[in-house]
Amino acid sequence: MSFEKELEQGHFYIPECLECKKLVWPPSEFCDNCNEKTSLRKEGFEGKIIEFSRQNEEYFCVVEFGDSIRIMAKMTALPKKDQIVKISKCGISEGSYFFQVI
Amino acid sequence: MTKVGIAAYGITPFTKDDHKIESILHKSTNDLFKKNPKIDKKEIDAVLISTNNNSKYLSPILSEMSGIQPKIAHSIESLCNSGTNSIVSAFSYIASGLADMVLVSGAERYDSPGQILEWDNSRGEFKHPIFWASIFSKSYKKKYGISDEELAIVSVKNHKQASKNPNALSKKTYTVEDVMNSKKLTDDLKLLNCSRPCTGSASILLASEETMKKYTDSPIWITGIGQKTTSAGFTKNTSLSSMESSKIAGQSALNMANCNISEIDVAEVHDAFSVCEPMILESLGFTEPGNGMNIIKNLHQTDNFKINPRGGLIGCGHPLGATGISQTIEIIEQLQNNAESRQIDNPKKGLIHNMSAAATSSTVLVLEK
Repeated sequence: MSFEKELEQGHFYIPECLECKKLVWPPSEFCDNCNEKTSLRKEGFEGKIIEFSRQNEEYFCVVEFGDSIRIMAKMTALPKKDQIVKISKCGISEGSYFFQVI
Repeated sequence: MTKVGIAAYGITPFTKDDHKIESILHKSTNDLFKKNPKIDKKEIDAVLISTNNNSKYLSPILSEMSGIQPKIAHSIESLCNSGTNSIVSAFSYIASGLADMVLVSGAERYDSPGQILEWDNSRGEFKHPIFWASIFSKSYKKKYGISDEELAIVSVKNHKQASKNPNALSKKTYTVEDVMNSKKLTDDLKLLNCSRPCTGSASILLASEETMKKYTDSPIWITGIGQKTTSAGFTKNTSLSSMESSKIAGQSALNMANCNISEIDVAEVHDAFSVCEPMILESLGFTEPGNGMNIIKNLHQTDNFKINPRGGLIGCGHPLGATGISQTIEIIEQLQNNAESRQIDNPKKGLIHNMSAAATSSTVLVLEK
């Protein structure tokens, strides 16, 4: 199943290269390192808050997974730098991905 | 390699007006030809269009409207640094011998689709540029102990400088208090910290050394070019308080021009948001990391227009495809001592810094008399 199909169902699974085992981001069916095929690594990744700011009552954060993969995610509680978080909600809305962490 | 210079330029005022992209392009091109009636349009080998507008076949359209039948005609898009990318392409055509004279025309409408990079899904629902600018601002302020009031000085300075520029979108000057009291977009960004999308166009004519002699007595040469793309997505930036692509592009341009940053007398840099200006000055090597605001404060207090004399993107407005070309025109005017009330004292070397999508890609040019 593709990254986007899983994301639509609320699963955040990162593609991993079948050959060199590199986590590939942005999600792709091919590895950007060795060009071999990828498959989704189905685990509940933990991320670390790198930076954040706030718009109205919602925080938006840069969250890093696996030392190199960074996304922007929403957070309702006050984040702390280096805080370890997990994806609590994700999906696709009007063509755009969305991520929320706790 | 053939020496390449800039023989002529034309520009429109930057406004919020609703005009067709074709007519805006034609307006700055027409301004160029009216200011330089000796130019023989038959000698123009290439017409390059810089824009993020989705209209088709713009180079042949502009060529027909302007009475040009070029050998080479196409568009170039690279978000906010489309303009300098087009200049680099024009330079390459001439330096390689494929063309002798190239018209570069850039334009954008206030509602440009280039403001949002839809592909960058790593940003989640936070695709508008205000979100990466907020993250840069937060990170930069925290790392170097800079306050919101200090960052506001960038906007105050650049609006002040834009007030001397008849083509700038901004006609007002502001105080630090005005910036601080402007609409809060996020915890780390106020409305007056931002450049604004607008409608505008700018055109320049590049030529080989031999052809330059026919058309101008005060040639300006492109002596340095540096470019670097580190990624397309904002979150691939390894640092959130410095700009890696700008650092590499700047060093490449200075190496090509065989000069040091201390020899640059005047510069236009891509201040899409207040925080960008100190980050760029530091990344280009004008000063040490964390010291950019001290330079900016000093320039502002002494009314020294060395950085962003035309008012930068914050003061002039940001018609994406025209921005890099407009920055280049300002440096040409400065080097030719034609910048009127914005004029720096007898500059010899100038620099243009133009970037895209949270500094994931940068272009730096060095211009000399």
